[in-house]
Amino acid sequence: MADGVIAGIDVGGTFTDLLLRGADGRIHLAKVPTTIANQADGVLAAIEAAGATPATLDLIIHGTTATTNAVLERKLAKVGLVTTLGFRDVLELGRRTRPNPYGLKGGFEPLVPRELRREVAERMDARGAVVTPLDEDAVAREVRALAAAGCESLVIHFLHAYANPAHERRAGEIARGIWPNGHVTLGHELLSEFREYERGTTASVNAAVQPVLDRYITRLQEQLAARGHKRDLLVMNGNGGTVSARLVSRDAAKTVMSGPASGVMAAAATLAQSGLRNAITYDMGGTSTDVALIAGGVPEVSAELSIAYGLPIHLPMVDVRTVGAGGGSIAGLDRAGMLRVGPESAGSTPGPICYGRGGTRPTITDANIILGRLDPARLLAVKDAVSLDSIREVFARNLARPLGMTVEQAAEAVIRLGNVHMTGAIRLVSLSKGHDPRDFCLFAFGGAGPLHAVALAREIGIPEVLVPARPGLTNALGCLVADLRQDFVNTINRGLFEIPEDEIAATLVMQRDRGIAMIQADAPALDDIIVLHSAEMQFRGQTHLIRVALPHADMALENIQKAFEAAYFARFRVELPEIRAVLVNLLTTVIGRRPSFPLSALLDPEARRGGIDAARIGDRDLYADGAWHRAAVWQREKLTEGAVLTGPAIIQQADATTVLEPGSRAIVDAIGNLRVTP
Amino acid sequence: MMDALTLAVIQAGLQQVCNEMDIAFSRSAFSPVIAEADDRSDGIYAAADGALIAQGELGLPVFVGTMAHSAAHLVRLIREGAVATPEPGDIYIVNDPYLGGTHLMDVRFALPFFVEGELFCWLQNTGHWPDIGGMVPGGFSAHATEVEQEGLRLPPVKLFKRGVLDREILSIIQSNIRVAEQRIGDIKAQAAALLVGEQRLREMVARYGLATLRDAIAGISDRAANRMRAEIRRIPEGTYKAEAFVDSDGVVNEPLRIALTVTRAGDELHFDLSDSSPPCQGPMNSVWATTCSAVYLAMKHIFPDVPINAGTFEPIRVARPEGTFLDARYPRPVSGCAAEVSQRVAEAVFLALAPVLDIWAAPAGTSGNFALGGFDPARNAGYVMYQITGGGYGGTADADGLTNGCSTIGISKTAPVEVMEQYYPILFRRFAIHEGSGGAGRHRGGFGVHYEVELLRGEAKASFVMDHGRFGPPGVRGGGDGARNVVRLHRDGETTIPAHLSKDQGLRLRAGDRVEVMTPGGGGHGDPFTRDPALVARDVMRGTYTTAQAESLWGVVLRDGVVDEAATQARRAAR
Repeated sequence: MADGVIAGIDVGGTFTDLLLRGADGRIHLAKVPTTIANQADGVLAAIEAAGATPATLDLIIHGTTATTNAVLERKLAKVGLVTTLGFRDVLELGRRTRPNPYGLKGGFEPLVPRELRREVAERMDARGAVVTPLDEDAVAREVRALAAAGCESLVIHFLHAYANPAHERRAGEIARGIWPNGHVTLGHELLSEFREYERGTTASVNAAVQPVLDRYITRLQEQLAARGHKRDLLVMNGNGGTVSARLVSRDAAKTVMSGPASGVMAAAATLAQSGLRNAITYDMGGTSTDVALIAGGVPEVSAELSIAYGLPIHLPMVDVRTVGAGGGSIAGLDRAGMLRVGPESAGSTPGPICYGRGGTRPTITDANIILGRLDPARLLAVKDAVSLDSIREVFARNLARPLGMTVEQAAEAVIRLGNVHMTGAIRLVSLSKGHDPRDFCLFAFGGAGPLHAVALAREIGIPEVLVPARPGLTNALGCLVADLRQDFVNTINRGLFEIPEDEIAATLVMQRDRGIAMIQADAPALDDIIVLHSAEMQFRGQTHLIRVALPHADMALENIQKAFEAAYFARFRVELPEIRAVLVNLLTTVIGRRPSFPLSALLDPEARRGGIDAARIGDRDLYADGAWHRAAVWQREKLTEGAVLTGPAIIQQADATTVLEPGSRAIVDAIGNLRVTP
Repeated sequence: MMDALTLAVIQAGLQQVCNEMDIAFSRSAFSPVIAEADDRSDGIYAAADGALIAQGELGLPVFVGTMAHSAAHLVRLIREGAVATPEPGDIYIVNDPYLGGTHLMDVRFALPFFVEGELFCWLQNTGHWPDIGGMVPGGFSAHATEVEQEGLRLPPVKLFKRGVLDREILSIIQSNIRVAEQRIGDIKAQAAALLVGEQRLREMVARYGLATLRDAIAGISDRAANRMRAEIRRIPEGTYKAEAFVDSDGVVNEPLRIALTVTRAGDELHFDLSDSSPPCQGPMNSVWATTCSAVYLAMKHIFPDVPINAGTFEPIRVARPEGTFLDARYPRPVSGCAAEVSQRVAEAVFLALAPVLDIWAAPAGTSGNFALGGFDPARNAGYVMYQITGGGYGGTADADGLTNGCSTIGISKTAPVEVMEQYYPILFRRFAIHEGSGGAGRHRGGFGVHYEVELLRGEAKASFVMDHGRFGPPGVRGGGDGARNVVRLHRDGETTIPAHLSKDQGLRLRAGDRVEVMTPGGGGHGDPFTRDPALVARDVMRGTYTTAQAESLWGVVLRDGVVDEAATQARRAAR
């Protein structure tokens, strides 16, 4: 089945990006400013800029930062909590941590303040047996009190509800009869996993963003419908899949980290069509860099991520790690005269010196300008133009003169040291998952990823860099290619051989049936529905979990044990036959596979027919490896398939700049990727 | 001189080697204390004298200074011929507290790193084993009077000889500790972490060459020393005094005094602890390495941006406090030194410098160890449960203190109630904020924790090693003290408190009995009468203080929860 005319629309911090695939298979692009007050205006503007109207679109897949921004800026709904007697402070106490390993400063405010956290008598034990029956009158009383206190959203979170949700469900029934709107979150419904602080916080995040997302999506749907669009949107989730707009608000927390996830999904789709299976995705922006691992073609998913200190969201999400270094990272000398780059950042305001927004301290982006790696005329975020001389003067004063270097040497040192720190971060991300980064290719995107990727790959020892056709539109591409997806987790936490076999099968089948029902609720054209079962396991006494794929729901315990031992050995190279295995969680992922399309369409085939000479647009001075070079400048959109470029070279396109270091070599592959040997 | 870029790149590279050892250790370790709580550390040490070259950023803070002491002892013992000469592939094991250690549970592994047949440096790590034998499971005794009661003590011996695990030494270890079968997993993880470091360091040697690496290591150390000197110059010249008290040693019910004098002389800081109490009978003695490390980690908390290597601590001169309980010699028991005494030493440093630096009032400063050992008839099995808790941090010039912060010396999380109840025959009746515990101040202390645990089945024995039961964590610059630590046992209808308030062991519990613990709040910062009355009213609305406390502590008069401005002004003026 085909989708007809489809649009992937991603709302980012600065720009709203759109990729539209017409019925003829041709791709249209648009990049318009994000409209902060109502993101829907930017979405409509992007559709218009691509020469379409909502009425002509058969399907819109949408990635939004509405909930991300709400959490980061704390512009959240007022939430009330009803919880187990004796435990209302769980959300504030956390698990005995501090924001930084050194320094006893800093703190956090819980999402629900203490006066809005109410207790009722009820208690389950760890096996799910009732210790204290639910005080239903107290539930009604406290729910009324919270509504009267002006709460817009309600969380019901009881101890051990993952083991037996009866009390949460009953309290939910009572609450829904009282609550003035539909915003009632039951802790176990979102996440049926043990650990009361993480589950409760996840539920609170959900409740806090639910009204925000609901308002936004409703308004967007109305504006689209008023212009003739007939279908429900699909909305991107942090798990890298999409869900129907009608269902998205219920599990609103799943959208909170969807932006980075869609970039990784685009990377996975690109890899699949490039014949590659392993990649480290590297998305460098102004203030931070997102790094994720794709092993065996599948992005790694984690249910242990945090949005910020004290804000864990334990929902399965594409495991994107954010490194606090970007183009805005500030370079300077410490009190002992030692060169430092970051962790301090100029961010986007004031930003690097070259943005002309008041930045006065040298940054990585400024170093790129000095060295000719970046063309100041092509910066997108500049307010007042700043002369190269004035940037050089800052580098001379702050770095070059005290260090006894030339300005160029200082600028190159800044980039090199920034790359060294980035290398360390990338290595730690991959090693903590048991992978050697040298077995991966570096998939570079985002505004600044392709600028540094080749040098970075050299530093790490990565054998290949892949720069996709549209590095600056990757998130929109992620929307366009994303499948529908639902994830489920249930905690078992018992020795493997203490569990009745039919209990495992029954849990997995229940998860599967729920997922299929949700995906079919409003399915667009689907090629297939795929069900993936897995178990999270550990050896008794251990705390780390190992994910073990289960080929089907009806598995013999011995085979689960064998699969676990194999997975454990693959990761740690240790066999421990004397220790018993524990099955902690059962998981099911249901994927509604949407039709795929050839990514070669991302670059206009007409523009690529002129031959290699037509793609060369000039030369520029580029400083690298301690010397100035004359580097060829190429127009990315015009590069023909099979074209071979050698560094030093600069490849420019509307949405990014790629630098080929001296000695590196790039070839343009069949779908328009640059494949660089660093 | 070496160029600035090479220096910075090699510094980052050495740091990275250590971070990768930290990660390799944690991700394959068995002990939850290491795997989940990160109670471990990895570093690189000089061949000649064991001086610190680099240390992982993900390691437990208390190990900041101890491993260099351990490496120095190892180098000395080898030179004296008391310990066998290193060969490639060897890994030494040692946990002797008096040879640069902490408590016996902290086990160090050391790998000699050879380049072309010559010893270039040592790679070393420490991991906290969940048990090392001795009179109580887990090793945190409150009553030990000699180190032999605390567990198995290992001098430096080669556990791996030329890459091969010595099964004979292993069998001695396994015969002397509890839950021995799981330790083989930790031993493999701890050794594997050093091998990861060895491989990465070898890559650096190949890339930069030995001479450059040597020069860079010296340069990095000089820079760190200069950096610390620059920080020290922010402290006005002069002498600063503070004291801190350990409730008791667990055997003799008298407080132990830490008396600290800090003198800034030029760009050095001198720490004198010589007026502290003499060695004690119970296990609250501290070995020299731990005492020294406690001062270092306090300085690292105060100046968190300074990188850690030997140079960092060169301008910090700690005089060895001979004849005090902070320089314990064999056979003094020491199991409380890392978890509790080190935090009191750090507290004294904070209190001495808080008047002149922008830091915090005293944090709760106890690891809050509560151990329950018993037999569960429903599972027909014995068990040992550990519950640790945090407490409030001190207020600062800008903000109230953190609630339920981790111990000063640690970075480990506590286990969730839902997990504890899965594993042990207990039921938590409450896990809540310790109301009113934050010390009053312009910025108040953070809150401690108030929990209550009921034994559901069988019989059990409870042990406690906590602190601040006698005096609360002090406030600074006019701020009040945080609330004290409280332990109550509710047994058979009667409520008792331990004689030593925060330390006891072997307290018998039966089904239905309950243990109640309230951990300390942080000290307050600044005059409470200058606190914004709206914040005081907010705290009263949240039930963390009473209306009466608002008036007595902060001079804020509330009528039906609303600030009475005139009465508040009058009350504050009348002080």
